[in-house]
Amino acid sequence: MSRLIKHHLFWPGFALVALVVLNTVARPRFIEISVQHGALYGAPIDILRNSAPMMLVALGMTLVIATRGIDLSVGAVMAVSGAVALTIIDGSDSPGSVGTVLIAILVGVGVSLILGVWNGFLVSVLKIQPIIATLVLMMAGRGVALLITDGFITTVTSDPLKYVASGHLLGLPFAFFIWVAAVAVVSLVERRTALGVLTEAVGINPEASRLAGVRATGIILGTYVVSGGLAGMAGVIYSSNIMAADANAAGELIELYAILAVVLGGTSLAGGKFSIAGTVIGVLIIQTLESTILFLGVSSAQSPVFFAAVVVLVVLIQAPAVHRAARQFVQRRSANVPDITPGTEVAR
Amino acid sequence: MGHNDAMPDQVPEEARVRPLVELAGGTVRFGADTVLDGVDFRLFPGEVHSLMGENGAGKSTLIKALTGALQLSAGTILLDGEPVHFRSTHDAQQAGIRAVYQEIDLLPNLSVAENIMLGSEPRRFGLVDWAQMRRRAAAVLDDLGLDIDPATTLSHHSIAVQQLVAIARALSTDARVLVLDEPTSSLDAAECAELFRVIAGLKERGVAIIFISHFLDQVYEVCDRVTVLRDGSLVGEYLTREFLRVDLVQAMLGHNAEALRSRSRLQVVEDDAVRRPFLSVRGLSSQRRIADADVDLVEGDVLGIAGLLGSGRTELARAMTGVDRADAGIIRIDGAARGPRGPREAIALGVVYSSENRRTEGIIGELSVGDNITLALQAQQGILRRIGGARQRELAQSWVEALDIRPPDLDRPAGTLSGGNQQKVLLARLLALAPRVLVLDEPTRGIDVGAKVEIQNLVGDLADNGLSVMFISAELEEVLRVGNRVAILHDGKIVETLPAEELTPDSLLALVAQGSSVGSAPVKEAR
Amino acid sequence: MSTTTTTPTAGRRIVPPRLSEYARTFVARHASVMPMLAALVILVLILIGAQIHFGDFVNPRTLSSLLLDNAYLLILAVGMTFVIVTGGIDLSVGSVMAFTGIAAAQMLDHGVSSAIVIPAMILGGAVIGLMIGVLVQYFDVQPFIASLAGLFLARGLAYVVSLKSIRVENEHVIWLQSTRWWFGEWYLTPTGVLALLTVVVGALVMKYTRFGRTVYAVGGGEQSARLMGLAVARTKVLVYVISGVCGGLAGLVLTAYSGAGYPRNGIGTELDVIAAVVIGGTLLTGGVGYVVGSLIGVLVYGTIHTVISYMGAEQSWMRIIIGLMLLMFIVVQRVIVVRAERRR
Repeated sequence: MSRLIKHHLFWPGFALVALVVLNTVARPRFIEISVQHGALYGAPIDILRNSAPMMLVALGMTLVIATRGIDLSVGAVMAVSGAVALTIIDGSDSPGSVGTVLIAILVGVGVSLILGVWNGFLVSVLKIQPIIATLVLMMAGRGVALLITDGFITTVTSDPLKYVASGHLLGLPFAFFIWVAAVAVVSLVERRTALGVLTEAVGINPEASRLAGVRATGIILGTYVVSGGLAGMAGVIYSSNIMAADANAAGELIELYAILAVVLGGTSLAGGKFSIAGTVIGVLIIQTLESTILFLGVSSAQSPVFFAAVVVLVVLIQAPAVHRAARQFVQRRSANVPDITPGTEVAR
Repeated sequence: MGHNDAMPDQVPEEARVRPLVELAGGTVRFGADTVLDGVDFRLFPGEVHSLMGENGAGKSTLIKALTGALQLSAGTILLDGEPVHFRSTHDAQQAGIRAVYQEIDLLPNLSVAENIMLGSEPRRFGLVDWAQMRRRAAAVLDDLGLDIDPATTLSHHSIAVQQLVAIARALSTDARVLVLDEPTSSLDAAECAELFRVIAGLKERGVAIIFISHFLDQVYEVCDRVTVLRDGSLVGEYLTREFLRVDLVQAMLGHNAEALRSRSRLQVVEDDAVRRPFLSVRGLSSQRRIADADVDLVEGDVLGIAGLLGSGRTELARAMTGVDRADAGIIRIDGAARGPRGPREAIALGVVYSSENRRTEGIIGELSVGDNITLALQAQQGILRRIGGARQRELAQSWVEALDIRPPDLDRPAGTLSGGNQQKVLLARLLALAPRVLVLDEPTRGIDVGAKVEIQNLVGDLADNGLSVMFISAELEEVLRVGNRVAILHDGKIVETLPAEELTPDSLLALVAQGSSVGSAPVKEAR
Repeated sequence: MSTTTTTPTAGRRIVPPRLSEYARTFVARHASVMPMLAALVILVLILIGAQIHFGDFVNPRTLSSLLLDNAYLLILAVGMTFVIVTGGIDLSVGSVMAFTGIAAAQMLDHGVSSAIVIPAMILGGAVIGLMIGVLVQYFDVQPFIASLAGLFLARGLAYVVSLKSIRVENEHVIWLQSTRWWFGEWYLTPTGVLALLTVVVGALVMKYTRFGRTVYAVGGGEQSARLMGLAVARTKVLVYVISGVCGGLAGLVLTAYSGAGYPRNGIGTELDVIAAVVIGGTLLTGGVGYVVGSLIGVLVYGTIHTVISYMGAEQSWMRIIIGLMLLMFIVVQRVIVVRAERRR
């Protein structure tokens, strides 16, 4: 039992289960899943579907954070990728063809990968602080997206594109399969190749890693490229969901939610050990919380108040000052020692 | 707290014999480690007192205790004969004890004047009076005979000037005790002279100065007395003018009484193919740290490096292995004249380095023992060719057994192991690369005797198997025991390289103690 | 430069110093104002360029409205300068501005007197700032994350107050905006005066109070500042409170400017503010920066904005240009740092 509690996924998992149980108790319909036209519907299914963009972004963010970095530009990259993809579809003669949509997605993600290279270059080669380096693209990215769409919200009609976010495969949302595939691929690459352990080594002790011959520059650059690419795919899914490229609203605040998800999943912002499973749980917690807030009749616009509370709670739980206080409290209680009054000299 | 007011019945003679600051039985423990063990230390007004010792001797711990940066676990500090208890550096500063560290604790972004005055800056109507502040700072600087414009930004000045500004700050508040921690380590000869001039002036004013430097010449030039520490304990307190250089070095390095099996040395075959050095260095120079060093590492040979802290031993090792860049010189590896441009390249060429800083530059604390052992090999093989599951365990397990790493648990975070076992993990990481040259920088520092002997023997066995090893240690006996040849280093120069058989601990000590100096006459070769 | 003669160095000089020596002394004393001067040069160049291109750009009317249009940004930039100089960052400012604005509009709509509402806005900003500061200082939370919590909180609260925009008809608030004090062709509004006052007070506090100098000291090296006996903890909390107060003040100015409170106000404004502050020569790594520099940064930002709208170009260029300028300044700062490290 104590080993279970000590497992790094215990508390995130516990939080998620507790949320689901609370929701189910409050409204039994929450857990209901219905079948219509051979596809599943219901709140849990919605959560799995709606998680897709944040899941992809948080996945990339996990790797970036593991190297002691942060990527603020993901929302802007989403906007660019969506703008590129939809502009291509919009300008094509056959917006409804699968080929067009595939090309559009590939180009959108490709552009995002290049933006990732740019971030990675600033961080790993020019050695600019990640938070500052990615701020540049965070600023300029949406401008670029607006330029691509000529300042308008580009809307398209294209069934294959619509399928990306709203379609079903084997009764489940297609978007769900996208993120499961992304999580599986990233997990496999990290754990089946040496990338994971080398990334952690760089994040924990950059200098020792350098002395051990680890190619830190390449690894750090790579994580930003992956983050860019995943954000690009997230941008495509977002656009597919609303069938439009909205350079201003695409991925708004997503960088912050993604960072929150990573932290909720137990990966420290100080870098080093990371947990992809933890991030998956973190995103699901946020999505479930979002759904809970909606159910409570609170406008989704107001949900940030709850997330502020979650952020404060999480950072307080992690804060060393709180740990110290808690330890002292427990010790004092168990030892039943009277308070040491301030000013009393403790014999040394 | 400190009592600055004079004693009522103060007699001048008495004041002279009574120490200004005294540490009695000073002991500092961190958990189970005792880093300072019952040390007595006295400091008289108007003297310059040197604190000597190798890495881990307890110098900085003693300083921290005296300046309130950490608390004694046992023992007392007396100031003017009165026991005091410094709970913070602020308390010590109030009592007139000030430290100027090598890493200067000033604010590079602010002006010289602010760096001297901030915290007690003159104000008018609650607002900072800049004109007055500059005038006062200028007065303090002038008092020390320093020609520095107080309005300039601190970062604009050299380290030497920043050092002097730090001293000026300490004195602006009437410090009675000034601790100078390695103040000369990055100064050139002229800058040192300027510093010594300032020190002489302070001495006259009755300020007591603790001077820490690893340059023996400077210690003999400016210090009246010297206290030597070794492994956290007091060796003794001596008058500098009566204390021979050789005796000082011996006191610092000590004799090691451990009974050790003496390694049967490989008889180096006088064959051209074997004698050809695998790694050879010519004219290696780097800033002021290494001067024109020549080193040859031969297969099956252990080259011991004997030199004091600051002699350039670490810098030489790092430059040879591509960790730091050298300014000049040629490094030939296996006959090819291509110096490694980084550790990664050095490893690819078969040259590996183990840092003296095990924690910060060696072990990846949160990764498992297994991952730590295979890390370098993995990095060398590339990301795609992962050393996976069973094979990694097998490999790591074989090293854990070969080096007797305890506990033999591959999944344990390496940071939780003892120092000796961490060092073994580090060695395993390097040996897993099947290197040709092994450069070990103080691999036995701060580890228990058992592990120490094991590592020494391991180095011997490795050399017997054809490896070239460069072995750096602060302990001369160890250098002699492990090395087939010994290179003596000071001031970044290799003074001499001799076969170990021709050296005794005493003769090596004499060589190491010989004129380690900054800007003094060239070192004479002793035979 | 006239102070040269007061120093002992110059006092001993017999030969009159040459111009190059003046330049050297200037650099030795004021190297940290160089980025600010660069921003000033850029501002002047933009103004000259715009004047040549449009024929009539640099006129009292354009310049007066420049201050009016960017008054809220200027106030936020002053607060942000304090935070960034300590080495921190405050992402919450845009949301705090929105929250205090909409809360004020709501209260005024319910007939609460402006004499209560305006102090309440300032207080609201201060409380959120205090929360961020306490998290940063006492719970070791990274400023980025702590102010992120502040951003979420303030934005959410803004929507809690109202999901829609609320008109403000309070005469005092309207007065702040509608009054024009004319000086020939030039004019000032009370909001503009408020912004300029914030700059002046901010600059004086930074330069002439121990608190202000401690702000620089914390940015230069927290440990060293502590060893110097400076009140590091209090200062670090206080800069976020100041930023929060500026957020409240900006909320007031923006509410007056737009004649309404709107919960979606100021989304992304924190980035504009950070960009303006950095363009004005403040180092994001802390320790170096000037409130006056941030004034120049905001003017650069505002001028580019005006130029783009004169040209009838896409406002999207705004973000790209500001992003590029940010990049330029960051890279230049990085080069300076690397060169300083080499010298050591």
